Amino acid sequence: MRLYAMAVYAFLYLPIAIIALFSFSAGRSASSMQGFSLTWYGRALNNPFVMEALWTSVKVAFLSACLATVVGTMAALALTGMKGRVRRVFDLAVQIAVMIPGIVIGIATLIALVTVFDLVNPWFEPLTGMKLSLGTGSLIGAHGLFTMSLVVLLVRGRMETLDPALVEASNDLGATPFGTFRQVTFPQILPAIMAGFLLAFTFSFDDFIIAFFVAGAETTLPIYVFSSIRRGVTPEINAIGTMVMAASLLVLIGAQLMLRRSQAQPRR
Amino acid sequence: MAMTRSRARALLLTPAGLWYAAMLLMPLAVVLIFSFGERSQIGGYAPGFTLEQYANLPARFAAFRNTLTLAPLGTLASLLIAYPLAYYLAVKVSPKWKTMLLVLVIVPFWTSILIRSYAWIFLLGGKGIPALLAMAGLEDVRLLNTPFAVLVGIVYGYLPLMVFPIYVALEKLDKRLLEAAADLGTPPWRAFVQITLPLSMPGVLTGSMLVFILLMGEFLIPSILGGGKVFFVGNALVDLFLQSRNWPFGSAVAVGLVVVMLVVVGLYTRAAKRFGVGRDDAALM
Repeated sequence: MRLYAMAVYAFLYLPIAIIALFSFSAGRSASSMQGFSLTWYGRALNNPFVMEALWTSVKVAFLSACLATVVGTMAALALTGMKGRVRRVFDLAVQIAVMIPGIVIGIATLIALVTVFDLVNPWFEPLTGMKLSLGTGSLIGAHGLFTMSLVVLLVRGRMETLDPALVEASNDLGATPFGTFRQVTFPQILPAIMAGFLLAFTFSFDDFIIAFFVAGAETTLPIYVFSSIRRGVTPEINAIGTMVMAASLLVLIGAQLMLRRSQAQPRR
Repeated sequence: MAMTRSRARALLLTPAGLWYAAMLLMPLAVVLIFSFGERSQIGGYAPGFTLEQYANLPARFAAFRNTLTLAPLGTLASLLIAYPLAYYLAVKVSPKWKTMLLVLVIVPFWTSILIRSYAWIFLLGGKGIPALLAMAGLEDVRLLNTPFAVLVGIVYGYLPLMVFPIYVALEKLDKRLLEAAADLGTPPWRAFVQITLPLSMPGVLTGSMLVFILLMGEFLIPSILGGGKVFFVGNALVDLFLQSRNWPFGSAVAVGLVVVMLVVVGLYTRAAKRFGVGRDDAALM
């Protein structure tokens, strides 16, 4: 049994370890180890295409995570304890957003936005001098759609475990609704909100399939990596992959700590 | 503060509502409408109402067939590998190590699946496992760009998602049931078959459902490890929308994918109900 578990862990981590190992190779071959160096990290970090793609990815991940967290938290606050048709409609929307395959969201967003832009641009362009097109905006919108739904689920889940007596006590003691929110509710749901933000960020940063359709002329890091792989494996990709995985790992550890704080009842 | 509760709620819900309307409902409606349309001369969409696109679906039969064989197979393989591990984590491991081992299972899932699939190019490629097999006397084994490679990638990618729900179900299991069975002289394997396995079914069903749903829309794994030979509906969609720009037909394929997915999930849920899986567990999905 134990041996089996060890084998599964080896299966899970060996491929990752191999990429990390090869990324330190000094040679030109992506699939063997020739000496030890940080050459390929230097190459990757000095490659303007990589840096531009990285910047786009970080920008999109950060903005979509911020928006998704704020909007999702607002919706979760309103939906908690709510009944009736509006609640059912929102529950359905959240479910659809989570269940529909990313690839379908991607193509749907692509054809819908291109169609709308084609309709709107003839009068929008002369008015503003700008042309609407796919890019950072559509990336943020499409990523945020999914991650906002995650935030709603996380924050609402947390809200439902809160002790209503605390809010009642605060109201009885004469706090305004906003005061109660700020001093009682918000501190208790903050860990769930933060965890939602970090998950939203990682999702957006790692997403390939939605971005592939809606990125327009922009290139995100996963799109860059994918098209490089298509041209053949290089040690540079190993270095980028290792860095990306290390970064995701850091963010995840953060999310994990937040969630743990969220699950342990804060007592202050 | 004259604002009523319902007005506050409406204000809080407006941004999310607009977002869902503009980025979810409107695009899905467009896909549905386009799937009944015609292809314009320059690619893209021309208005119309025809069932031609749907009638044309058999042209992508191979993609649907591959998806509908490899997605269930991949789900099954993940399940068979995940169950013993989940069992080990839930029942055998001391609490001290449990959290850490569990986190170690989840972590890969949240790192880029693109890079994790890419890693298997090395392992399955000429210098990887085939080279080892050649040393063992098995010459000329090709692994990369085969259905097997795609299956390995699938199991590798989605194993964590399968382990977790099964672990949760096994963890909840009342150990006293097993003790009682042992006291009554039940051999361990029978206790497993009659108690542990049925009680862990909710986790098994949730995990399988999650993995299956994600696999139905898979594109990356077949495209990286299948090398264009083993393609899914996802690959057909990329081709139709980004290369040949046949939007109406692509929309019909997308609608077909969602419908097939819903049908399988529906059948599965019905089967799950027969196993006595309650609504609480279904909510997990």
